[in-house]
Amino acid sequence: MSKFFTLLAREVKSYFYSPIAYVVLCFFLILTGLCFYSGVAFLSRGATEVTVVEAFFNSVPFWIGFILIFPPITMRVFAEEFKMGTMETLMTAPVGDWQVVLSKFGGALIFYIVLWLPTLLYFVIFQEVARTAAATSLGAYWGSYLELLMVGALFISVGCFASVLTQNQIVAAVISLCVITFFFLGGLISYFTPNISAAFRLAVNYGSVLEHMGEFSKGLIDSRRFVFYGSGTLLMLFLTQRVFQYRRWKS
Amino acid sequence: MIKVEHLTKRYAGFTAVNDLSFEVEKGEIVGFLGPNGAGKSTTMRMLSTYMPATSGTASVAGFDVFSQSKEARRHLGYMPENVPLYTDMRVDEYLRYRASIKEITGSRQRERVGDVKELCHLREVESRIIGTLSKGYRQRVGLADALLHAPDLLILDEPTIGLDPNQIRQVRDLIRTLSKHHTILLSTHILPEVEMTCSRVIIINRGQIEAADTPENLIHSMRAAGEIRLQIKTASAEEAVALLGTLPGVKEVSAAVEEEGWSLLTLRIDSKADPAESIWEAARDRKWAVRELSCRRATLEDVFVEMTLGDEEA
Ligand SMILES: Nc1ncnc2c1ncn2[C@@H]1O[C@H](COP(=O)(O)OP(=O)(O)O)[C@@H](O)[C@H]1O
Ligand SMILES: [Mg+2]
Repeated sequence: MSKFFTLLAREVKSYFYSPIAYVVLCFFLILTGLCFYSGVAFLSRGATEVTVVEAFFNSVPFWIGFILIFPPITMRVFAEEFKMGTMETLMTAPVGDWQVVLSKFGGALIFYIVLWLPTLLYFVIFQEVARTAAATSLGAYWGSYLELLMVGALFISVGCFASVLTQNQIVAAVISLCVITFFFLGGLISYFTPNISAAFRLAVNYGSVLEHMGEFSKGLIDSRRFVFYGSGTLLMLFLTQRVFQYRRWKS
Repeated sequence: MIKVEHLTKRYAGFTAVNDLSFEVEKGEIVGFLGPNGAGKSTTMRMLSTYMPATSGTASVAGFDVFSQSKEARRHLGYMPENVPLYTDMRVDEYLRYRASIKEITGSRQRERVGDVKELCHLREVESRIIGTLSKGYRQRVGLADALLHAPDLLILDEPTIGLDPNQIRQVRDLIRTLSKHHTILLSTHILPEVEMTCSRVIIINRGQIEAADTPENLIHSMRAAGEIRLQIKTASAEEAVALLGTLPGVKEVSAAVEEEGWSLLTLRIDSKADPAESIWEAARDRKWAVRELSCRRATLEDVFVEMTLGDEEA
């Protein structure tokens, strides 16, 4: 177990050793800052029923920017080590495949969580200044951030999988961006095609990130979503471990 | 310490290592010698448990590298070709990290990290970022890492490649020091290195073993297969070439004209024969003036060239 935490610590630290981390961090702060600003601006135009939390998490620019942060976070995790040859030193130390896969996934997830921490401050400041509740309830905070965590875990596992496929980081970034974008747009089908059957709409909404965020940011926490994201993440991690093993067997 | 039986590795239809079998005893320094692309790194990757063989088995310190790979890893220290390192870490930080994942913790970790830094002369760079170190220092960081868990066996893939002559000598001295406590398998295509450091040599070419013996025996079996240089003054060099070519044991004669009527003849001779005496007699009978008659002793380089180039050139 202590080996796992050593590996995990190295993964987390390596983010802060590279310039990419700071670029992503800056981009993300600007993005969330702008989204928050436009959310507040929208609300200040008149009385509406949405809270600032809902307005923030459900705007289109937010989601576009959101999708873009995953490829730079995950592209290097495996690809770089294969390219540099450090995979050889790593995998000839007494560590297991799963330890390595989970430490890389965990490291990326921790970095992702760190990205989100400053945004909590926005809502605290908003409440202090505007003297109105930022969300309908405490549950709406929990819901929004829980949804972010689950979507993040899923998309990071997709990114890890893309990274284990290649030793070229750019290729890994493009693969993960494509998969994540397809998945995200898939959830929007029901917006563009109003005439689909109810069953199909239900099926699409079951996998629609946007739909889920709509519910969660109102504080409606649905346990089916845990199953959906949890199983998706596990599947991707399982595939990652398989390919990781296979690559050394074949190369 | 190492036992390899019928080891084969195929990459997508291409056979890089073909039915290799050899053993390395405890305490030996074995040189793994071969031209580029011979399959040295591939073999070492399999021995270090990094990748499995297509067929055949190998064991390290009694542990099968495939089915007991974790146990085997605890007993071997591996330095891959070109010494891959995390260039964003500091030397000390890197060694402590590597110690932790090799299950060395607490006070033993402090002790081991201190020891290998001392041994590999890394004290003066311990807080430098690895990416800023020279090639020679990186090589030593890689070696220090391989030594951390005091493994019985060291597998070093081209430990001196890319170093300048001074650094090569330092690494070579270090390897010789290490041989007191470790069994070592090192690969190289630099011949003097093997002659100087190794107690046994395995020459491989195109994935197959060409020869395996001590450097002395290899050279001995090749001793006569060298060259004879002969400088004579004669009216007709062509005649001399033709005559010497008929002597038993002489494979090939080439002539070059030197100044003032002297000719330099170079004779390639067979492995078993020693025609020096008959050459001398021929010179006496013909009344050639002789300025030089010398045999060049075969070196491991000759063995290497003969083994690995043999079928194309001979
Ligand atoms: N991952 C790989 N995929 C396909 N072929 C490879 C791979 N690695 C090495 N080879 C080939 O296998 C042969 C042996 O390579 P290698 O073991 O690196 O030789 P050496 O270390 O003796 O120079 C070479 O011809 C090389 O091109
Ligand atoms: Mg090699």
